[in-house]
Amino acid sequence: MIVLLGVLVVVIGFATKRNALLVVAAAGIITGLLGGLSPAKVLAAFGEGFAGSRAVTIFAITLPVIGLLERYGLQEQARTLIARFGRLTTGRFLALYLGLRQIGAAVGLTNVFGHAQTVRPLAVPMAEGAAERRYGRLPARTREKIRSFAAGADNVGLFFGEDVFLAVGSILLITGFVNTTYGTHLEPLHLALWAIPTALCAFVVHGWRLLRLDRFLERELLAANAHPAIAEGAAR
Amino acid sequence: MIKAEWFYWLVGLSFLVMAAQMVTDRSNPKRFGTGAFWGLIGAGFIYSSWVVTKQAPAEPLGAAVLVMAVLAGFGFTGRGTPRTTTPEERTASAARLGNKLFVPALTIPVVAMACAIGVKHLSIGGEPVLQKGSETILGLGLGAVVALVVGMVLLREKRLSVPVRSGRTMLEAMGWAMLLPQMLATLGAIFQVSGVGGQVGKLATAVLPKDSLYVAVVVYCVGMFAFTLIMGNAFAAFPVMTAAVGWPVLIGHFHGNPAAVLALGMLAGFCGTLVTPMAANFNIVPAALLELKDQYGPIKAQLPTAGILLGCNIVIMALFAF
Repeated sequence: MIVLLGVLVVVIGFATKRNALLVVAAAGIITGLLGGLSPAKVLAAFGEGFAGSRAVTIFAITLPVIGLLERYGLQEQARTLIARFGRLTTGRFLALYLGLRQIGAAVGLTNVFGHAQTVRPLAVPMAEGAAERRYGRLPARTREKIRSFAAGADNVGLFFGEDVFLAVGSILLITGFVNTTYGTHLEPLHLALWAIPTALCAFVVHGWRLLRLDRFLERELLAANAHPAIAEGAAR
Repeated sequence: MIKAEWFYWLVGLSFLVMAAQMVTDRSNPKRFGTGAFWGLIGAGFIYSSWVVTKQAPAEPLGAAVLVMAVLAGFGFTGRGTPRTTTPEERTASAARLGNKLFVPALTIPVVAMACAIGVKHLSIGGEPVLQKGSETILGLGLGAVVALVVGMVLLREKRLSVPVRSGRTMLEAMGWAMLLPQMLATLGAIFQVSGVGGQVGKLATAVLPKDSLYVAVVVYCVGMFAFTLIMGNAFAAFPVMTAAVGWPVLIGHFHGNPAAVLALGMLAGFCGTLVTPMAANFNIVPAALLELKDQYGPIKAQLPTAGILLGCNIVIMALFAF
């Protein structure tokens, strides 16, 4: 029971907004020692964990080319391009992105989109560009909200698309775990089929929320533009 | 055969080069701490190859990881003044280059897609071109390298230092968030060997009523959701909750359809991934990458969707799995 103290460290650490790296390091050390690991074993666990999880950091390899393109105006061009599509609002654009992300993940292309290579250089400037074309300059708070929703569209699309694909980690984990532990023969295809209803729900629910984002922007920004003085004050 | 390790070395090497740039960047008041942090990550990336194959001890790497946490956690890292173009220059450049700018950006997904679909099945002399099981990572890595070459040719940029410096600026902006996903993966592994999962499973079994199907469905799905919140990873929650509730109660006792119960249970866990800072690579890192002031912005945007989808999974399982 006492090893759960490590979980408590994490919860308190995040709740009190301490630096997340320190919280996680402290929780790891405490849990490891309480769980009966020697200090050397705890160190080794940190080392093996770092070595084994390098794949989550490999997106850094895309940063130089994205940075180079941004230097030459990639984000500006993304804004210009989207402004030509008059009917494409922020919400509609993000819903479209959600759909593409979901379909991509469902056919196994989980690395085709992503936060570093697509959301920052393309999706966010396009979503913001669509709002700017309608309402002019965006207040910082609105910008934050659009960016948060763009990040969310990528995550929801990925999570609830990829399980429809057979060869994805979670499906293989389920079949691997159940077939070895309980000696059954679960087929990946059946699991993937059962992921379809939730995938549809995810598209409807999050797509609807993205379309509602347009109503929020309209309310917020028309009011702000009607009272520029208030908007200025809010920006401070 | 192209191996995944080569790309880890490339990433490690570029971190080392960027770290050297950081140390000499006098506009950064904390240039030595920043350089040390990224230098350690870079060296760790390369050293890890031998840790994975058990040819080198993991303890020194573990010590280095803790040093990185201390450097970043106690504010020894900072960022320099980025040397980049002005907004006016970028607008002018965008007007001049037009949609050509998208070509390198789209090269990354196109190459990644080609690797995942086509090159995956290619082999030369009986040996696969891409290391088996790493095709998607290799696709991303190859896509980034090809895109860089395409971009430099297209933009007539001759100095390799320009993209490296741009990438470094983005790394400095992300700061310690970049290391967080790997740290959390480590914490998950430590939780596992220390028996945290088993304890949570015991708690779940203790509070579970055995006679009501619907309560059991809710306990399994909400348990997946809650345990994923703690571990940041539905994969860690799955074996625990399935051994405690999913298999013995829902499938064994109530004769549920195994494929439906287990698939929907995993998806209930994914709802938890949407709302936990522990899933840093999906939630905290994008906040840093998009330069949000509120690091919980993406979580707040995803919270209602996660709640509704958890409900959907419970309803679908209760109605169709039995």
